Amino acid sequence: MNQWEVVIGIETHAQLATVSKIFSGASTAFGAEPNTQACAVDLALPGVLPVLNKKAVDCAIRFGLAIGAEVAKKSVFARKNYFYPDLPKGYQISQMDLPVVVGGQILLQVGQGDKAYEKVVRLTRAHLEEDAGKSLHEDFHGKSGIDLNRAGTPLLEIVSEPDMRSSDEAVAYAKALHALVQWIGICDGNMQEGSFRCDANVSVRPRGQAEFGTRREIKNLNSFRFLKEAIDFEVQWQINEIDEGRKIQQATVLFDPDTGETRMMRSKEDAHDYRYFPDPDLLPLVISSDWIARVQSELPELPGQMRERFISEFGLSNYDATTLTANSEIAAFFQLTVGIAGKQNAKPCANWVMVDLAGRLNKDGKEIAESPVSAAQLAGLILRIADNTISNNIAKKVFEALWNGEGATADEIIDKQGLKQITDSGAIESLVDEVLAANPANVAEFRAGKEKAFNALVGQVMKAAKGKANPQQVNDLLKKKLAG
Amino acid sequence: MSLTLEQVKRIAHLARIEISDAEALTTQGHLNGIFQLIEEMQAVDTRGVEPMAHAQDVSQRLREDAVTEGDRRAAYQVVAPETEAGLYLVPKVIE
Repeated sequence: MNQWEVVIGIETHAQLATVSKIFSGASTAFGAEPNTQACAVDLALPGVLPVLNKKAVDCAIRFGLAIGAEVAKKSVFARKNYFYPDLPKGYQISQMDLPVVVGGQILLQVGQGDKAYEKVVRLTRAHLEEDAGKSLHEDFHGKSGIDLNRAGTPLLEIVSEPDMRSSDEAVAYAKALHALVQWIGICDGNMQEGSFRCDANVSVRPRGQAEFGTRREIKNLNSFRFLKEAIDFEVQWQINEIDEGRKIQQATVLFDPDTGETRMMRSKEDAHDYRYFPDPDLLPLVISSDWIARVQSELPELPGQMRERFISEFGLSNYDATTLTANSEIAAFFQLTVGIAGKQNAKPCANWVMVDLAGRLNKDGKEIAESPVSAAQLAGLILRIADNTISNNIAKKVFEALWNGEGATADEIIDKQGLKQITDSGAIESLVDEVLAANPANVAEFRAGKEKAFNALVGQVMKAAKGKANPQQVNDLLKKKLAG
Repeated sequence: MSLTLEQVKRIAHLARIEISDAEALTTQGHLNGIFQLIEEMQAVDTRGVEPMAHAQDVSQRLREDAVTEGDRRAAYQVVAPETEAGLYLVPKVIE
C-alpha cells in the first residue's frame, strides 16, 4: 500500500437554492407529486425556448468570489447530447468551453487534534447546468416510469484538480465544499434529497512517478461515508489489478452501498460521445463588473476570513479557529456564546462548543441546530465557571441538567440543586478539619512521604462538600494544615 | 477532412438513426460535401477575430427567479402514449 500513491479529483453537483428552474418558471420544491412541476420547457414540447434564471447566475458568481476564482465576463451554454428517457430534449444544457467560474481554491483541515493538517485543493472550474429527471424502474409491469419534476433544476458543477491523496482528504474536501455552499447560501446541502452529490475520479501510481495512472470515475456518491468507502474499495481494487499484472482501463463505475464494492457501469469504448456545441437557443451570458461588485458586497464573512478573525480577535489557536468555522451553524453558535460570555472567556467558550457540546450532540446523533442547550444557556454556564460560582466538574453536571431541560438557565439549576461552590474559607476549613480528624491513616501516610495520600484527602474533602468546595482552596488549606 | 463510412455509421448510432448501407453511402457523400465547404471557409484568415458563440452579437436575457408555471400535468399527459401514477411510462431502460 505504501509504495502506491492515490490521486483523487472530485466533481460535485450542487443544486442551487432557487425557487424556480434554471430555464423555466416551474417550481423546484422537493417532494411534489410526479410531473406536477414539469412545464412545457422541461418537457421539451415543440417551440419552447429556455430563459436563464438570474438567481442561478447570482449563485455561481457568489461561489466564484468565495473561492477566489475568476468569474467569467462572458460564458457560453452548450448542448451535451445523449439519449435517455429522463432527458426529453435529447440534450442537457450545460457549459463546456467557456464556464462561468474558472480556478479558485479551498483550504481544508484534514484529520483531528494532533494529527490534523491543512491542505489546499485547487479548483478547475464551476459551471451552470440543468438536472435531468428521474427514472423509476420498479413496479410498472416491465416499463420504466419517468418523473420530470427534477428536470431543469439548476446545478452548479464544481470540478476540482486531482489534488487529493487519500480518501480522508477527499472527504475533508467534500465536507469543506458542502459547508461553503451552505455558508454562502447557494445550496441547502441536503444530501438525502440529492442536493449535493459527488463523483470521484480515482487512480493510483507508484510513489514518485510523475504521470497519473489511469483513472476510473465513481458516480453519484450522496454521503460522505459512501465517498470514503467507495474510494477505499476502488483504491484497493486498482492496486490488486496492477499487482496481478493487469492494466487499469478507463471506466465509469457505480458504488453499491450494500456490498461496499464498485462495479463497472461503462468502459471507455462505450463512453458517451456528447458532441457538445453552443446552444443556439441561448445567447452568451455576459456578467458585468457592476454585477460582480454587487454580489461581492452582499457576501457574508467567509469561513477563511472568520477563522483569521477568531485567531486575532479571540487569541484562539489555528486548530480551534478552523474547527469553529467548519460550518456556519457551529460558527454562529460559538459567536453567540462568546458574544454573551465575553471575549475574555473565548477559550472556554471554544472548548465547551468544540468538546462538551459537540460530544453530547454526537452521543445523541443531533445536529448543532437541534441542540437542547442554547448558546445563551451555555454562555450563562461559562460565566458561572469564570466567576468561581461553580467548578468545571460541577459545570458538567449543570450542562447535563440544561440538556435535560431541568431548568431554564445555569443559575436556576445551580440554585435549585444547591450546586453553588463553597468558597467561604471558614466552611472549607471546618470540612478539612473533619476529614483530617476522621482519616488519621491517610495523614500518617502523607507525613511518611506518600504523595498519593494527599490526593485521597482532597477526594475526601470534596466528597464531604458534595463536590462543591473550590478545589484550589481545598488544596491550599490542606497543604497548610498538613504542614502545620 | 472527410468522414469514413464507419464514422458515418457511428454518428448515426449516436443519434439513434437507423441507416442502411446504401443510405450511409449517400449520407457520407452529403456530409463530406459539407466538410468541403467548411474547409473552404477555414482558408479565410480569421486572425484577430473573436470566435462567436451565437450568430447574433447580443447577450442573454435573464428572468427573475419566480414560479410562473403551475401544474398542467393532466393536459400534458393526454398526449403521452402511456402514463401511470402520474409518471410517463417508457420501455424499460436500466444503465
